[in-house]
Amino acid sequence: MTYLNKADLKVVGTRPIRPDGVDKVTGRAVFGADQALPGMLIAKLLRSPHAHAKIISIDASKALALKGVKAVVSAEDFPNIPSEEAFVGEGPMNFRDLSRNVMARDKVLYHGHAVAAVAATTAEIADAALALIEVKYEVLPFVIDVEAAMAPDAPVLHDDIFTTGVEPKPTVASNVTKRVQFALGDVDAGFAEADVIVEGRYTTQPVHQAYIEPHACVVSVNADGQANIYSSSQGHFMVRAYCAKLLGMELSNIRAMPSEIGGGFGGKTLVYLEPVAMLLSKKTGRAVKMVMTREDVFRATGPTSGGVIEVKIGAKKDGTIVAAEAVLKYQAGAFPGSPVQPGCMTCFAMYDLKNVKITGYDVVSNRPKVAAYRAPGAPISTFGTECAMDDLARKLGMDPIELRLKNAAKDGTKAAYGPTLQNIGYIQTLEAAKAHPHYSAPLGPNQGRGVASGFWFNIGGESSGSVHVNEDGSVSIVTGSPDIGGSRASMAMMCAEVLGIPMERVRPVVGDTATIGFTHLTGGSRVTFATGMAVTQAAEKVRDELKVRAAKIWDIPPEAVDWRDGMAVPAGANAGGFDPLSLADIAIKAAKTGGPIISEVSVNAQGAGPGFATHICDVEVDPETGFTTVLRYTAIQDVGRAIHPSYVEGQIQGGAVQGIGWALNEEYIYNAKGELDNPGFLDYRVPVASDLPMVEAVMIEVPNPRHPFGAKGVGEVPIVPPMATIGNAIRSATGMRMAHLPISPPKLRAAFDAR
Amino acid sequence: MSKQHITTTINGEPMEFLAEPHMALLDILRDEMHLTGSKEGCGSGDCGACSVIMDGRVVCSCLVLGVEAEGAEITTIEGIANGEDLHPVQRKFLEHAALQCGFCTPGLIVATKALLDRNPDPTETEARYWLAGNLCRCTGYDKIIRAVMDAAAEMRGA
Repeated sequence: MTYLNKADLKVVGTRPIRPDGVDKVTGRAVFGADQALPGMLIAKLLRSPHAHAKIISIDASKALALKGVKAVVSAEDFPNIPSEEAFVGEGPMNFRDLSRNVMARDKVLYHGHAVAAVAATTAEIADAALALIEVKYEVLPFVIDVEAAMAPDAPVLHDDIFTTGVEPKPTVASNVTKRVQFALGDVDAGFAEADVIVEGRYTTQPVHQAYIEPHACVVSVNADGQANIYSSSQGHFMVRAYCAKLLGMELSNIRAMPSEIGGGFGGKTLVYLEPVAMLLSKKTGRAVKMVMTREDVFRATGPTSGGVIEVKIGAKKDGTIVAAEAVLKYQAGAFPGSPVQPGCMTCFAMYDLKNVKITGYDVVSNRPKVAAYRAPGAPISTFGTECAMDDLARKLGMDPIELRLKNAAKDGTKAAYGPTLQNIGYIQTLEAAKAHPHYSAPLGPNQGRGVASGFWFNIGGESSGSVHVNEDGSVSIVTGSPDIGGSRASMAMMCAEVLGIPMERVRPVVGDTATIGFTHLTGGSRVTFATGMAVTQAAEKVRDELKVRAAKIWDIPPEAVDWRDGMAVPAGANAGGFDPLSLADIAIKAAKTGGPIISEVSVNAQGAGPGFATHICDVEVDPETGFTTVLRYTAIQDVGRAIHPSYVEGQIQGGAVQGIGWALNEEYIYNAKGELDNPGFLDYRVPVASDLPMVEAVMIEVPNPRHPFGAKGVGEVPIVPPMATIGNAIRSATGMRMAHLPISPPKLRAAFDAR
Repeated sequence: MSKQHITTTINGEPMEFLAEPHMALLDILRDEMHLTGSKEGCGSGDCGACSVIMDGRVVCSCLVLGVEAEGAEITTIEGIANGEDLHPVQRKFLEHAALQCGFCTPGLIVATKALLDRNPDPTETEARYWLAGNLCRCTGYDKIIRAVMDAAAEMRGA
């Protein structure tokens, strides 16, 4: 059954208070570091002072002699995991690499790489013990920059990486882990037909997800090998799977409990602390707590890749694009696995192109291993392609929205990465942008306006949800999806809609790995789509069962019962004259009609609808200082169906502002020793309230028929257009194409000076 | 180093604790008082997640020593609501969906209360600058600022 007709909806589409809200405004919500277990030890990590070095020896004897120190572990205490591709988190990961990222084995590969850990009775003793661990290193040459890492004479991080995807297969190890290519048609023939060609080379810097909550966990491993993990992550089933693999444990012996999570944005889709804490707990027989400092978070987790994007687009005089080509080089950090593949797949996906070729390179260097960050890969490549589109519009003398409309992907368009797009709302976002008063508002001196678009796949996948009717007719929901941005509210709303009851009578919780079926992590904009599908189906089964129970009470066939406005009613005059039975009426008699009324549904949801967005931004640039002020921002997005519109707007606004930070300020700054120089919020400057105007979120609803309510993922695509939107606005304000992010005041000031 | 005995008032209640001189007020609140509503996002006074009101001023409790609480009056997020009645700022944060993950929320609510105690009728720009020390990575601040302005209007009776 579907609920695609908006006019029929009573709960979905309204803006109720979220069920976990009061806990969060009163300080009662329990996040990762708020947890404690009796007798727990505090553990800390010793981190590498070098960007690249061989570990010659680790001597912990002095640390172990310190009173209060209970255990020290290093890589030799962990199983030596063989190379094996993992499909657990979000984005590519290898179990061996993950193990060696959690604790360096043989070599340290970046400044801040974990080399040993101490568990002690207090944090102060643990800190003192770290200073007593003696590590001998043989320092090696390092490489930070992506293109420098690709050079033939670059220091090689791993002697077993031979570039895949090139013929003949290389015989010499390098930092280029793979080459990927996506192509459609014949780009050479296409460019030969072009009247106009634009080319550009763009770069982006690594940026951190910068969730405000640092990673934290409390674990306890019992003498019989059974373990509990309380931690902040985007998926406790992911935490369980990684810990089991890295420590050689059975999944059933690990119960992973989700705490509230203080932001993730992709950065909490893998483990850093949990396996270390587990090993220390096992060794000491005590519970162990670990909490990262902000500096640890910057030095050793995330960020996403920086990249080099080379773009060439050819068009006819009327704006028809005849060929498009891009080459992408992405930093993976210390281990293979940048999001270059999705970067390739997304960067031209807004357009219906006959001839397109995108080539990507995944490159390791002496930086922390990248982690997923909101629409992984797409913002980087799209910065290049959407700046080039703007230049193309200028060269053709066309309005940039008209150029995009001329070439826009629509239902039936075959994307370069394979699929044929259906039920997409890209053109609608462009039409809405063109018609929006923002697009025609006057601009003052030193002001400019930019437009850009973006695409993200969105995913479905495995999710479980259960719906329980309580004895009084109220309803409880359990899902396996950590709630980062209000998903409990959406789950309760969809369930309430199906059952025809007020949302406040439905209370949702996030269950642990032992209390709900397997659920893939919160990522890929999948929860409202996939977990929402499981919850909706579970609620439908409960509704069907309620009809069966009413039929039993009335002693009529179940087909003769209808469910209307939260009540069982006779389906027609022939069914008999019975007063309606409410959920509460049926629930109280459940024992007599067959027992508790519950349903649990697990799905592997398919058919997630892709997301498209078009953003408009006005900036004012100060030629004296190079400072860019964002004056006005409008973000237009096809959301399928907004279940809770306020939280959908929130995703759009939050994604846009992260993109503004990426465009104007945020970057990893390395010094000559290969150390990150800005591992704190003072020097790594995320947008603050006074940097910004209101961000207008415009929701276009082109329902996705593969979801009962028409929902599409909404969380990721809003971070795809902002960098080019701002770059294009600055181009419009200054006449200068700033091709290298971030477009920070010193860089813009230097560009003014050079002009 | 020996611990010092500190007498203070937290959320209107007389409280005592023992603190080594180097311990931050935030750690005392969280680890000794079990008031874990104040969060540590950075430990360096840059994120504002640990904001508390101390003698009428909003401070980052990670930058205040526990021993400085001697004789002070401190309000944490746990002391903002009046029993079951949420403070208007808390209510408006909920109504405007001004939180996503909720981790920065306690600090933002404490800082907003301090703003409105001092300036019941702030402009949007004043609110944005007052809250510039409270980082939120989820919302882009739009709904937070709307909640703040709406709470201010309601508290003024406007």
